[in-house]
Amino acid sequence: MGILLILIVIVVLLVVFVIGIYNALVRLRNQVTNAWSQIDVQLKRRHDLIPNLIETVKGYMQHERGTLEAVTNARSQAMGAKGVAETAKAEGVLGRALSKFLLTVEAYPDLKANQNFLALQEELSSTENKIAFSRQAYNDQVLFYNNKIQMFPSNIIAGMFNFAKSDFFEIEDAAEKAVPKVSFGN
Amino acid sequence: MWEQIRANKRNSILLLMLMAAVLGLLGWFIGSAVSPDPMAGIFGLVVALIVWMILAMVSFSSGDAIFLAASKATPVTKSVHPQLFNVVEEMAIAAQLPMPKIYIINDPAPNAFATGRSPQSASLAVTAGLLGRLSRDELQGVVGHEMSHILHRDILFVTIAGVMLGAITLLSEIFLRSMFYSSMGRRYSSRGSRGGQAQAIMLVIAIIAAILAPIMATLLYFALSRRREYLADAGSARLTRYPEGLASALEKISQNTTPLAVANKVTAPMYIVNPLQKEGMKLSDLTSTHPPISQRVKILRGMAGASFADYSDAFKTATKHTTPIPSSAIKEETIQIRSASQQPPISAKNQHRNIGDIMQRTASFSFVNCSCGLKLKIPPNFKAGEVQCPRCGQMLTI
Repeated sequence: MGILLILIVIVVLLVVFVIGIYNALVRLRNQVTNAWSQIDVQLKRRHDLIPNLIETVKGYMQHERGTLEAVTNARSQAMGAKGVAETAKAEGVLGRALSKFLLTVEAYPDLKANQNFLALQEELSSTENKIAFSRQAYNDQVLFYNNKIQMFPSNIIAGMFNFAKSDFFEIEDAAEKAVPKVSFGN
Repeated sequence: MWEQIRANKRNSILLLMLMAAVLGLLGWFIGSAVSPDPMAGIFGLVVALIVWMILAMVSFSSGDAIFLAASKATPVTKSVHPQLFNVVEEMAIAAQLPMPKIYIINDPAPNAFATGRSPQSASLAVTAGLLGRLSRDELQGVVGHEMSHILHRDILFVTIAGVMLGAITLLSEIFLRSMFYSSMGRRYSSRGSRGGQAQAIMLVIAIIAAILAPIMATLLYFALSRRREYLADAGSARLTRYPEGLASALEKISQNTTPLAVANKVTAPMYIVNPLQKEGMKLSDLTSTHPPISQRVKILRGMAGASFADYSDAFKTATKHTTPIPSSAIKEETIQIRSASQQPPISAKNQHRNIGDIMQRTASFSFVNCSCGLKLKIPPNFKAGEVQCPRCGQMLTI
C-alpha cells in the first residue's frame, strides 16, 4: 500500500514536471512565431514599397534598366520564398540589389530633388533598419528556443512532442550584417 | 538591465517615502510656527500628508500629461515628420517596446525628453529645433537615448520625483511669501512671553526648513539623474549600434546658445541635455543634472564596439571613475558598430529652414508645392480652398 502511494506521488510529480516543460516549450515556440511575424510585416512593407519606387524613378533612370530589373526580379523571388532559410537568402539578394540601386541614384541629382522619391527613400531605408532590428530580436528568441530543445531534460519532452528546431534568419554576406547604407538627400 | 529596472522601481518608492517625510516635517514646522497650540503642528502634518497623497496619485496617474502640458508639447501624426516616426519605430523594435506617443515641442532650441508611467504608456517629445538640425543617424542616437530611459524605467522615477519636487518648492514659496507679506511681529508679541518665544523659535526653524527643503529635494533629484544619463547613452549606442550618431548629436545640441523657453528647474533633468545650463561652465558641482557633454561625447567616441561592456571600458578610460553600468548588463556579447548612412551635412541655412517648416507644420500649417518650384505655407486659419501663387500667378487648390 505504502509503495503504491509513493508510486502514485512520483507519477503525479512527473506529470506535473512534464506539463511544466511542455508549456515552457510552447511559450518559447510562440515567441519565435511572434518575432517572425514582426520581420514578416517589415518584409511585406519592403515588397510593397518597391513598385512605387520603380514607378517614380523610371522616368529619370532610363539607362539603368538592368539595375531596376534586378530589383524587380529579386523582389518576385523574395515574395515567392517559403520558410525562414529560403526567405533569408532571397531577401539577402533583394537587399543587395536595392543597395546597388540606391548607389546609382547618386548620379541623378534631379531624382534626389524629387520630394516623392525622397519620401519613398526614407520609408525604404527605415524598413531596412526595422528588418535589421527585428531580425536581431528574432534570432535572440530562436537561440532561447533551440537551447531549450537541445538541453536536458527538456530535450526529452521536445522529442516526445515533436518540437522542431527553428532556423536563424541570417544574411550570409558580412557587409549586409550592418544596417544597409542608404543615403539621404536633403 | 534588470538590476537597473529593479533599482529604479525601488528608488521610486524610496523617493516617495522620503518626499513624504520632507513634506510632513515642513507641514509640522509651518503649523507650529503659525500657532502655539500643539495641535497646530499635527494639523500641519496631516495637511501635508494629505497633500502628499494627492500628489502621489496625481503624479502616478497623470504626471506625464502635466509635464507634456508644461513643456507645451503638441501630439503629432506621422505626416508632420515621417522620419521622426520611422526612427522612433525602429528604436521601439530594437528595444522590443511598444511604440510611444510622439510629441513635438515648437521651440527652436534642440532638446528631447521621454515621460510616462510604464513603457506601455510612454510619451516621447522632441523640439522642432532638434528635428531641423540633426541628420538621420543623429536623430536615431537621440531617440535611442530616450528609448533607453523608457526601457530602464527611468521615466516613472523622474516623473514622480519631478511632481514631488515641484510641490515642495511651491509649498515653501507660498509659506515664505505669506511670512514676508503678513506682519510677522503681530502674532507672537501679543502672546505670553514663554509661548511667544517657543513660537518664535519654531518660526525660525520653519523658515529655515522652507528654504532648505526644496534645495535638499533638488540635490537628491539631481544626484540620481546623472547616472541615468550615462546609462541611457550606453543604451542608445547599443540600440542604434552607432555611438557616433549620439556623440555628434550631443555636440550639435551643445553648440546651441538659445535656452529652451519651456524648460524650468523641475523639468530640466528630464531632457537629454540640460536645457538651462550652458556648456563650458564647470559643472562638477552638486547642482548639475547632467554630466558635461564633452565627457559624454568623449566616452561615446572611445567605444570599440556598441555593447554595454564597450561603453564601460570607454567610460573607465575617459573618466578614470568606476563604471556606471551595472555588472549584470556587462555580459558576453559583441555588437559591431555599423557604418554611417551616407548623407551630406545640412547647411546652417537649411537647418533654419527645416526648423521653420517643422514648427509651422506642427502648428498645423498646410504646405502646397507650386509647379514653378515655390512652396506655399498656408496658416490654419486660412479658410479659402484656393490660393494664387505669388510668383507665377497660378491658382492652387489647398
